[in-house]
Amino acid sequence: MARAVSTRRTVFFTIVAWIIALVIFFPIFYTIITSFKSETEAIQGFNLIPSGTVESYQAVQAQSNYFKFFLNSVIISVGSTLIALLISVPAAWSMAFSPTNKTKDILMWMLSTKMMPAAAVMVPIYLLFRDFGLLDSRFGLTMMLTMINLPIVVWMLYTYFREIPGEILEASRMDGASLWGEIWYVLTPMAVPGIASTMLLNIILAWNEAFWTIRLTTTNAAPLTAFIASFSSPQGLFWAKLSAASTLAIAPILIMGWFSQKQLVRGLTFGAVK
Amino acid sequence: MGNIQLKKVNKSFGATQVIPGIDLTINEGEFVVFVGPSGCGKSTLLRLIAGLEDTTSGTIEIDGRDVTGAAPAKRGLAMVFQSYALYPHMTVRNNIAFPLKMAKMDQAGIDKKVTEAARVLNLTNYLDRRPGQLSGGQRQRVAIGRAIVREPSAFLFDEPLSNLDAALRGTMRLEISELHHQLKTTMIYVTHDQVEAMTMADKIVVLNAGNIEQVGSPLDLYHRPDNIFVAGFIGSPRMNFATGEFSKPYNAHTIGVRPEHLKLSTETGTWRGTVGVAEHLGSDTFLHIHVDGIGLVTARVGGDFAVKHGDKVFLTPEEGRVHKFNDKGLAIR
Repeated sequence: MARAVSTRRTVFFTIVAWIIALVIFFPIFYTIITSFKSETEAIQGFNLIPSGTVESYQAVQAQSNYFKFFLNSVIISVGSTLIALLISVPAAWSMAFSPTNKTKDILMWMLSTKMMPAAAVMVPIYLLFRDFGLLDSRFGLTMMLTMINLPIVVWMLYTYFREIPGEILEASRMDGASLWGEIWYVLTPMAVPGIASTMLLNIILAWNEAFWTIRLTTTNAAPLTAFIASFSSPQGLFWAKLSAASTLAIAPILIMGWFSQKQLVRGLTFGAVK
Repeated sequence: MGNIQLKKVNKSFGATQVIPGIDLTINEGEFVVFVGPSGCGKSTLLRLIAGLEDTTSGTIEIDGRDVTGAAPAKRGLAMVFQSYALYPHMTVRNNIAFPLKMAKMDQAGIDKKVTEAARVLNLTNYLDRRPGQLSGGQRQRVAIGRAIVREPSAFLFDEPLSNLDAALRGTMRLEISELHHQLKTTMIYVTHDQVEAMTMADKIVVLNAGNIEQVGSPLDLYHRPDNIFVAGFIGSPRMNFATGEFSKPYNAHTIGVRPEHLKLSTETGTWRGTVGVAEHLGSDTFLHIHVDGIGLVTARVGGDFAVKHGDKVFLTPEEGRVHKFNDKGLAIR
């Protein structure tokens, strides 16, 4: 009978999981549906069947250049991720393999910077950006996102590196590998799954970051988050156009996430299930 | 070459002193085993020689050169780790070739050396596999292969067999000993298993709490232990100890008798006891006998010695085979 009970439980939890997944996914789903409606359809109320018109997409593309925003998003998210990795790999290496009694404190301090609300530092950061001429520049925004996500990247890499036996690195030291040889030939190839999932997650976080990207840009460096925002205010709310813009903004990252979901799940549960 | 000299080597981790100060000379071509209970500092000592840990004070010399501050790779040593520490993302061939690649040897030279090492270690058919596809024994051989291609002045082994099953451990023990005869290179081998120490070593270094208790050949330690610790650690089963009225006739504080040096009789003898557990190995039987005033005494008898649980027996230490110790635990000779 134990078997029957456990099967029933499995079915129950599967249904619950599906319901939760659908609830989470529904807003995205409804955005995509709305983007294929006309403006009149869109404000008429709840309706799951769109007329299938692409007029919103045409309007969005006519009103602003999607690809310019897309390119900015790519440059800023990929750029900030690569810079963050370049800094984090050596940092996580030293914390994982030659920790001192302050290592935990440093990690905690780094994480604590994520606990601070972004709004609290908005004014000083804005002034700094203004004074250094970084407002509305891709470079400034890339640096900003690098620093915002750096603690998470270091933490994730630190967790992966901790799983790598120190003896293997010692063996490479005995074999004559220099410090960089050790990181390049031994540590990095072994940590590829961890580095890859950290990279993916960081690109997603940077792609979706809206607080700073909207506030520190106007036209030149504005990424897709600013693109969406530009459809929300002045002339009132145009749901269909806003939905089309949102769909265009999330599509690339959604597709990337879909293809790399196996890698992402493995990366995020690394260590937890081992 | 392969002379290693430790002079007053001291190692502390924070306030904890692991090795209080060791002087030791290891001669060229010797097979030296560091043995001792866990936590005695034997692995730390090996890692100090390897350069994987820094000494707190004292000097380490290899072939007369002071290497105390030198990086591990600059010491000309090779190490085989307990966990094998193979590079999981590289094939066996690349694992063995790695130290040569790091030394910037040309590809033809690397290929030649890898092929030769694989032949010696019976790994030729596995060169293109990854460590994950190999058995424990094969992995251990790859680790040894990676060590021998460097032609080091000494090999360091850190409990290399403790992850293998008993049968394989026996085979690998012979293979490493055979390798030593072929290469005639200095080898330092760390183990907590005194059987490995006895069977493989030219010279055993017995360590306890970071101190060297005794250095000598296996038979030296077996026949002439300097103190109670060495007497109890070397030999299997363990030496039996007795004090008080039992040691008085020998003018000693403590006496020690090995299980194989106790004569057993059912009629007469010096000590009287009751048979407890009997372990039958076929060739031998180990009897655990309760002797009043001493406690549990182990005796080794022939495989067909017939006694059963609860039988009364008499034990007599063999003449000239009794080890005597003073109140400080040091041997009286």
